Amino acid sequence: MSYFWTKEFPVILNELSLINFKNYSEASIEVCSKVNCFVGNNGQGKTNVLDAIYYLAFCKSYFNPIDSQNIKHDDEFFVVQGGFDREGKSEKIFCGLKRGQKKQFKRNKKEYAKLSEHIGLIPLVMVSPSDSELILGGSETRRKFIDGVIAQFNPVYLDNLLNYQKSLTQRNALLKSFSENRYFDEDSLMIWDHKLAQYGEPVFKERNAFLEEFIPIFQEYYGLIAPENETVGLQYVTKLHEGTFLDLLLENRQKDRAIRYSSTGIHKDDLVFELGNHPMKRFGSQGQQKSYLLALKLAQFEYVKRKKTTKPMILLDDVFDKLDENRVEALIKLVSDPEFGQIFITDTSQERIEPILKKIGKEYRLYNVNEGAVELI
Amino acid sequence: MELPSKYLQEAVEAIASLPGIGRKSALRLTLHLLRRDNLEVNQFANAITSMKENVKFCDTCGNISDGPKCNICTQSKRDQSVICVVEDLRDVLAIESTQLFQGLYHVLGGIISPMDGIGPSDLNISSLFGRVESGKVSEIILALNATMEGDTTSFYLYKKLESFECKVTSIARGVSIGDELQYTDEITLGRSIQHRTPFEQTLSR
Ligand SMILES: [Zn+2]
Repeated sequence: MSYFWTKEFPVILNELSLINFKNYSEASIEVCSKVNCFVGNNGQGKTNVLDAIYYLAFCKSYFNPIDSQNIKHDDEFFVVQGGFDREGKSEKIFCGLKRGQKKQFKRNKKEYAKLSEHIGLIPLVMVSPSDSELILGGSETRRKFIDGVIAQFNPVYLDNLLNYQKSLTQRNALLKSFSENRYFDEDSLMIWDHKLAQYGEPVFKERNAFLEEFIPIFQEYYGLIAPENETVGLQYVTKLHEGTFLDLLLENRQKDRAIRYSSTGIHKDDLVFELGNHPMKRFGSQGQQKSYLLALKLAQFEYVKRKKTTKPMILLDDVFDKLDENRVEALIKLVSDPEFGQIFITDTSQERIEPILKKIGKEYRLYNVNEGAVELI
Repeated sequence: MELPSKYLQEAVEAIASLPGIGRKSALRLTLHLLRRDNLEVNQFANAITSMKENVKFCDTCGNISDGPKCNICTQSKRDQSVICVVEDLRDVLAIESTQLFQGLYHVLGGIISPMDGIGPSDLNISSLFGRVESGKVSEIILALNATMEGDTTSFYLYKKLESFECKVTSIARGVSIGDELQYTDEITLGRSIQHRTPFEQTLSR
């Protein structure tokens, strides 16, 4: 179990093999324990290598939630395997999916009963251009971000969240049936109000506690990669700051009945990203938004490291592109710290990335990625 | 796969419509029936049709019965003042097997779940209030499964029973949440029937 890890032993990936995964027919990659960098033009499969590593950690793709769409076009199955070193012992992680069947996930040839047992074994943080969804997308993206971080350390949190979702579905179904059948029964509604409160209140408390610890870390990291005079904020927006869950539900009862949907609760929580006192979404430049996201992810890395007491892997997907020189320097300084675990980088330009790798000053390997083939340079 | 006989096809489809039985198992069972004597197969089919035609539900408690009253409600030595509320027959059998409960039952026939279209009026609930109104009942024991829907159904019944004189209790539960009564061992279940607690205590978390 992950709880017993000690600080001296980061998890290290040694080899990765792919069969029919995304644009790869077959690939076998040996990687080094420090920095691995994949270069090549867009669309050749650099990012897919990182996604395969992400798969082995979280049992799903970072980019495409529909498992079967990660099988190579026209093929019947995919396999992703990784050989890791953990506490001096080797760990073989296997993930296989056949079309129309349940995904298989094995650790040292033994299949997991539940995928959630695996999550947390390989601590990992992904930084990708698609993270911009966190700023530009809907509130669900931001809730998923914090839920994903908290759930890795707090199995009860995930249970509460799942039970909350189920209670919410029940309550919404009831509101709909009231309206369709033109009746109302207070006690029938009240029992689901209590369930929402029972599971929702602890989720609110955990989110609150997490952000209290997380925000200072985040601000520290932003300070490291951005100019000194910029300040950033992160606000947890929730109606639960204003009153107890049951009171909120009671206040909104008439409205909920009218719209046939539960209009208030932790499923409406959001994070507001701020630059100075303005929303980042409208007032931040592209560079500032990039720094904000990078700081968010590095803070996640730091938070995971503290909670897990181990160094997570970090996957930097096309991060150095369009990042101004100061920010590149700051990022190099950060990742060259011995505190960082294994690093995986993708970039379109070997000319740009090689000087950066040299500056990081750790052992590194460069790979060329071309049409689903990976070769050591 | 196309089967060589439409009669075989129909039988396989009928058996495969049972929960937990896939087409492969259905074909295996059907071929087995085909090899049996005509008489045996007739008896098999009759058992099912006459079960469906003749089984009734007890007027009083909703349990499965061959007559208007079930064989528990008709036992005069049972304590008429205590009623144990359960989801279905399987829970009755589990509690009976402990031999530690002497009262009567009330079988709901399901639990409240709006997303499955099951509300209080779809369950055998109103007749429970009728039994309590008669004034002969001193205690209602809520013994529904400790799932989310079981809990909410218990809470609903508790709210509706608050206005009556009778005591509402809940069977004591171990640490495991989500336990189903039928899978709890006899000793544990027996103990929890004996050590029941007032329902309002289970509300304070
Ligand atoms: Zn009866």
